[in-house]
Parts: sequence; structure tokens; C-alpha cells
Amino acid sequence: MLRFFAPLIAPLVGLLFVFALLWAIFMSPHAPAIHLASEEYHLAPKPIHYSFEGPLGKYDNQQLQRGFQVYKEVCSACHSMRLVAFRDLEEIGFSKPEVKALAKGWATETPSINPDTGEPATRKSLPSDFIPGPYANETAARAGNNNALPPDMSLLAKAREGGPAYIASLVTGYEDVPPDLKKEFPDFTVPAGLHFNPYFANLNIAMPPPLTSDGQVTYADGTKATKLQMATDVSAFLMWAAEPKLENRHRTGIAVLAYLLIATLLAFGAYRNIWHGKKH
Amino acid sequence: MSFPWAEHYAPKHPLMRYLDEKLPLPRLVYNAVGAGYPVPRNLNYFWNFGVLAGAALGIQILTGIILAMHYAANGLVAFDSVEHIMRDVNSGWLIRYAHANGASMFFIVVYIHIFRGLYYGSYKAPREMVWLLGVVIFLLMMATAFMGYVLPWGQMSFWGAQVITGFFSAIPVVGDPIRMWLLGGFAPDNDALNRFFSLHYLLPFVIAAVIVLHIWALHIPGSNNPTGVEVKGPQDTVPFHPYYTAKDGMGLGVFLIVFSLLLFFAPNALGHPDNYIPANPLSTPAHIVPEWYFLPFYAILKSFTGNFLGIAAKLWGVMAMFGSILLLFFLPWIDRSPIRSSNYRPMYKWFFWVLVADVLCLGYLGQAEVTPTVVLLSQICAGYYFSHFLIILPMISKFEKPLPLPNSITEAVLGEPAPAAA
Repeated sequence: MLRFFAPLIAPLVGLLFVFALLWAIFMSPHAPAIHLASEEYHLAPKPIHYSFEGPLGKYDNQQLQRGFQVYKEVCSACHSMRLVAFRDLEEIGFSKPEVKALAKGWATETPSINPDTGEPATRKSLPSDFIPGPYANETAARAGNNNALPPDMSLLAKAREGGPAYIASLVTGYEDVPPDLKKEFPDFTVPAGLHFNPYFANLNIAMPPPLTSDGQVTYADGTKATKLQMATDVSAFLMWAAEPKLENRHRTGIAVLAYLLIATLLAFGAYRNIWHGKKH
Repeated sequence: MSFPWAEHYAPKHPLMRYLDEKLPLPRLVYNAVGAGYPVPRNLNYFWNFGVLAGAALGIQILTGIILAMHYAANGLVAFDSVEHIMRDVNSGWLIRYAHANGASMFFIVVYIHIFRGLYYGSYKAPREMVWLLGVVIFLLMMATAFMGYVLPWGQMSFWGAQVITGFFSAIPVVGDPIRMWLLGGFAPDNDALNRFFSLHYLLPFVIAAVIVLHIWALHIPGSNNPTGVEVKGPQDTVPFHPYYTAKDGMGLGVFLIVFSLLLFFAPNALGHPDNYIPANPLSTPAHIVPEWYFLPFYAILKSFTGNFLGIAAKLWGVMAMFGSILLLFFLPWIDRSPIRSSNYRPMYKWFFWVLVADVLCLGYLGQAEVTPTVVLLSQICAGYYFSHFLIILPMISKFEKPLPLPNSITEAVLGEPAPAAA
């Protein structure tokens, strides 16, 4: 008995799964394909190139400092950067006294405790402090932004598909709803308080356009502050904030690869030598 | 084990002779991976991947132990402690990226190792036990990798844990209590994170122990080889050391080069951007996708979309997903062909390559956005997966005419009948 049935077990189990799949294909109701405006009108990031791309890429400190200026004067009004400390800014070319002054003069102060009463208080920041965010907590942030939460920017460049180019495209991507879209999707609306932006996944973003005109910031190094220039600079700065060890990683990688190539070549020689005359 | 002609350990130095008397550890090493272990002389580069998998485990354990010194398994600080490693710990970025990408390298190597076993019939008698222990290692790896991905406590960590533990709730009646017992709560939280960390630290050592059994079981019959013909005499083998230590050394170099390219120049390529957003139970990511090495199984899970025989679609999906791995346990008895190597199986060889393409397709479909076309394609691919192992494989040996096998390994290598002794 067993001898006869045992070989049939596997095919029967297989057929069971195959029938379950056939049933799913032919007999189960299928969800109708939904055609969405966000599928057709969502745009891939603009082709923006950065100095840190590629295996030998390096950050451009001039650009990072300009980007930091845009963050400081524009983005930091709403977006925190809680994982970056003032002292870290020395890595992008600011001097110790400059960092000290930046920390001291930052628009929001670092939370602390009143040493006499124990009440919550704030104090001027020190280089060792993390950059204080504009809001005390999430509730305050939402209350100030029409119930939307501006995301923390420390990791933003790594936390979004498309990275820095996506961020630069997004902040320069605001436009009116294209007439074609209105024709094709008459039901499409931009809800009150949101803004149309084809680079954002569902096309409607809560953030109002942050870069409104050329020359919104005045660069100390004389670079002309067009909207695209500011967007590119700040997105480069955000990449540094998200991946501060990138240059070190690239340098180490080249050295490790050089070492491994030589070692592997020697290992290949040893292999050929040992197997010499042994057909295999 | 060994073949009768294996070289015998004969220590010359008095210290080694003394050690051999008291604790014959050098003898063990000599017989396991030294000159005392004769190996078929015709192994190709695909036989490097077992050693590479061992190296990958070693890298994971080493980097993991260092990471655990700086990581904090608490829902409030876990995410920030990973960023602390990336920013403030000396070379922390290197250790963490090595660990994250090391997991991918481990799976790449193990998948090649598994498919090598499938192609050359290494799962067949007398090596069934080697194969069974290998499947156990694979399952342990999947559990370890899943729990490791939860530890950074980003959005994909959290929602991955939510989805994967959700599989258990598909079991009728006892499903939800089991899920809550596994998580220690209604949803992934601090308790889940803590136990995942504990188990993530434990399981690699269990894997190491099963690897010892895997190698032990292998050394009873000895290694398979590309012809699938058993070793007939001393002329068919070479001692493991120095022949295969040299070959594996070179393989290890190539492995490390590929690993370095990934680690130093594209460390986030195989990860998911959402995992750089801290876990937030109130915000579901648009696409919850597991790590790439789970994608074929994820596609199988999602392809069962219809209730059938009174069993809910979700339960079918979960049964199929677990079934797709568990069926590997029965492979040595499902495949009834006595021929091991596909080089001599003209029909099976084609089906093998279809299976490779099928699994790659499932991997692609597992991460694709769900559209009717994607669902249909994954249903077809899942159907082939089960048909391959459960229907085609047991039937094919009845119709297949195997090609003539060489009389011995040496004959296959030299292309002429073997001399009496070499």
C-alpha cells in the first residue's frame, strides 16, 4: 500500500497548490485596475550631479557651507536636524570660533533647566550641543504647520528614494496643475493648505514652496543664488548631514580594493603553482 | 571518515606529539580540512561557496559582536544608537555597513551554494543528511536575518516585523494568540525588539553549531563532484590541503573584492530608504518590502489571492510560503533519478535553468508594485516553482534518458580510461 501511494504524495501536494493558484487566477474576483493621476504625472528627480558621486567622489566644502547657509536661513525655520552637532560643522570647513559663534547665535536655544528653580528653561548653545530644532515637540510642530509634521532633516537625503537630487527637484518643482491633468482627471483637486508638486509621490505636498525667488540668500563667496543653485547646495549639505563619513569611506575603499587585488593575484599564483601538473 | 588512502596525521615535534596524546585538536583539523581529507580532484569553482558561506558567517559574528557593544536594544533609543555608531564610534560606519551588506553577501553565497547542490544532485544519497542540515541552516539564517533587520528600529524594521509576525495570525483559532506570544504584545514594541536582539545574538552560534554537523555529515561520504560519479580510488582525489586551501584562498579574495565594492561604494543599494526614518506605528509606508533575499518567497505569499476549498487566501499564501522552503526537506526522496549531475541529465538540466529564471522572476515580482499583471505573473511563477519540485522532478526520471556516465572521475578529467594507479 505505502509503496504504491508514497510516490503520489508529492505530486498531489503540488497539484493542490497549483489548483489554488488556478482558482485564484480564474475564479476569484479581481480588483479593478485603478488609474491614478499620481501614476501618470509623478516625475522622476531632475538629473542633478554632485561632486560626491562615484567611487572617488568628495564633498565640495564651499558648496556644503552655502548649503548650510540655506538650511540655516530657510529650512531651519520648520525642520530640525537633531543628529548633527554644531561641532560637526568643523568638518565642512568652519573654524572653531566660527562654530562657537554659530552655536551662540542660533535662532532657537538649547533646552535646559533653570539651576535655581528646576523649571524648564533654555540657554545659548555650545559647539558640543546638537542643533536645536525650531519646535519644542511634535504637537508644537503640527500646530504651527496646518497639522503637517516637517520631517527631521538629519537623514533626509538617505531616507528618500532618489536622495539629494529628489530633494533639490522637490523644492524647485512647485508649479500650477497642468491643464492636461485637469482634463484627464476632472476629480483631481489640490486640497486647501496643500500645494501641487509633481516630484512628490501623491502630487500634493503640505510644505509651501520654500525657495520663492532668486537671491533669497546672499552667498558670501559670490555665487549667484538662483533657486536651482540654492536647492542643489542645500541638498548637497543634507547628503553630508546624512552621510558625514562618505569621503572616508571612499578613501578606505580604494585602499582596501588595492590591497585585495594584489592579495588575490598572489593567491591565484599560489593556486596555479600548487595545481601545476595536476589535471583537473 | 576518510578514504583508506587518506594521509595519516603523524606529528613530528615532541610538543605536537604531547598535544596529540592529551587533546588531539590538531589531528581533528588535519582530518577535517587538512591533508587528511581527500577530495575529488575535479571540483569546479562552484565548490568554493561552502567555504565562502563559512567566511561570511565569521564576518557577521565578528562585526555583530562589535556592533552589540555600541547598540542599545530599546525602542526609545535603538534608532539613535545606530546613528551613534555611524557618526561617533571610531570606524563604526565601516562595522555597521559591513554587517548590513555582509548579510546580503552571506545570502548571495548561500543561494549559489544551494543551486550548486540542486544542479549537481548533491542532495541525493548518500548525502541526504548534509542537505537536510543545510536546509536547517538556511531556515536559521532567514530567522536571524529577519530579526537583525528589525534592530535598527526604522520604518521598514517596524513594519517588516508587523507583516512577518502577521503570518502567524493566518493560522485559524490559535493564530492571534501565537502572534501575541511571539511579539510580547499586540504590536511590535520594546518587548519584541528586546527578544529579537537576544535571539539575533544567539542564533548565529546555533548556525555555527549546525555547520559543524553539516561538515561532519559531509565528511562521511566525502564531497560530491561535477560528474556525480563516486570516488573509486586514490587517483580520483587530492588532499584538501594544500590543493583546496589554495583554491579557496583565491575564491575568498574574489569574494572580498565583491563585498568591498558593495560595502565601500554602494552600501545602501540593497537597503531601503524608509529604514532611515525612525519607526512610527502611526504611519504605514507606501510599500512594505522585505530585504531582497526574501523577495521570491514574498512573491509566492502574495500570489495566492483566492479563497479555495474553504481556506482563506491569506492562509494559502502563508502555507505556500513556508511550504516552498519546507519541501526542500523532502527533495532527496522526491527526486528518484539515480543520476546526480545534471551534466548527464538532458531533460532535468533544462528544467533546472527554468527554475533559476523562475526564482529570479519571483524575486523581481516580490518587490514590484502590485498591478494585475504583476499578480498574474507571480501566480504563474509560483505555479512553476511548486510544479518543478513536486510534479516535474518526481516524474521526469521515468522519461529521461541519461547520457553515459564516465567510469571514474579520473577518466572524466583525463578524457581517457584511467591508468591503474596515479
